[in-house]
Amino acid sequence: MVETFACSFRATELDARRGVISVVHRLKDMGVPDTRVDEVQIALAEAVNNVVEHAYSETTTGDVLIRCNLHSDRLWVEIRDAGMPFPDTKLPEGKPAHVDASTPLEDLPEGGFGWFLIRELASDIQYKRNMDNNQLSLCFEIQLTK
Amino acid sequence: MSLTSTEADGAQVVTVNAQRIDAAMAIQFKEDMRTETEAGPTRVILDLSRVDFIDSSGLGAIVAAMKQLGKDRKLDLAGLTPKVDKVFRLTRMDTVFNLYDTLQDALDPEHVET
Repeated sequence: MVETFACSFRATELDARRGVISVVHRLKDMGVPDTRVDEVQIALAEAVNNVVEHAYSETTTGDVLIRCNLHSDRLWVEIRDAGMPFPDTKLPEGKPAHVDASTPLEDLPEGGFGWFLIRELASDIQYKRNMDNNQLSLCFEIQLTK
Repeated sequence: MSLTSTEADGAQVVTVNAQRIDAAMAIQFKEDMRTETEAGPTRVILDLSRVDFIDSSGLGAIVAAMKQLGKDRKLDLAGLTPKVDKVFRLTRMDTVFNLYDTLQDALDPEHVET
């Protein structure tokens, strides 16, 4: 059996925060273990921030739609927006930052962690450009506790 | 103001009074850090024990706050909660900062790394 829910909100930073928090509450209520919900929250927040900052950066701000499909062994989170596609309609690589204790202060990265985090945390990622919409789906393995 | 600041054992302790350092908060956090740490002790300890969640914008803002301090001062981090700790470890930024489980550990001479 697949449990589904969806929510949508304006693509602003504050609405994105509220939207992500509401998804987190729903997933916990559905019995997704806390540590997995934490990982979903980290990846989802990055994906939604990208929509706010990039997809709608040069167009009128629109909506973000999130749909979660919870299967017995996995969770698919779909993030949809009507903004601009990814450059070349391809997902960013999200290379890890090469830093350690000896990295000079001025060379430390202040951004570019988002896609790296998404790729680390999601077990599968799919992207489709569909009728002027971006449709990004992130998959997470799940063992339900309820 | 998202921050409060005290001095303890010659270090400046800056406490973040927000549950999230996310995209909606990152710019304000960076500006507040600049104001709080404009002058003061060489060592600044950022107490993150009230912060439940951080995203890449927040992580970038903490890196920016460390850069603002310059080469002669340093920023240590204390009280990382599980999700915050996870983001630091996944991005390898845990290798860039000294991390302490609690503020007490950060102030305890036996724990302090130079």
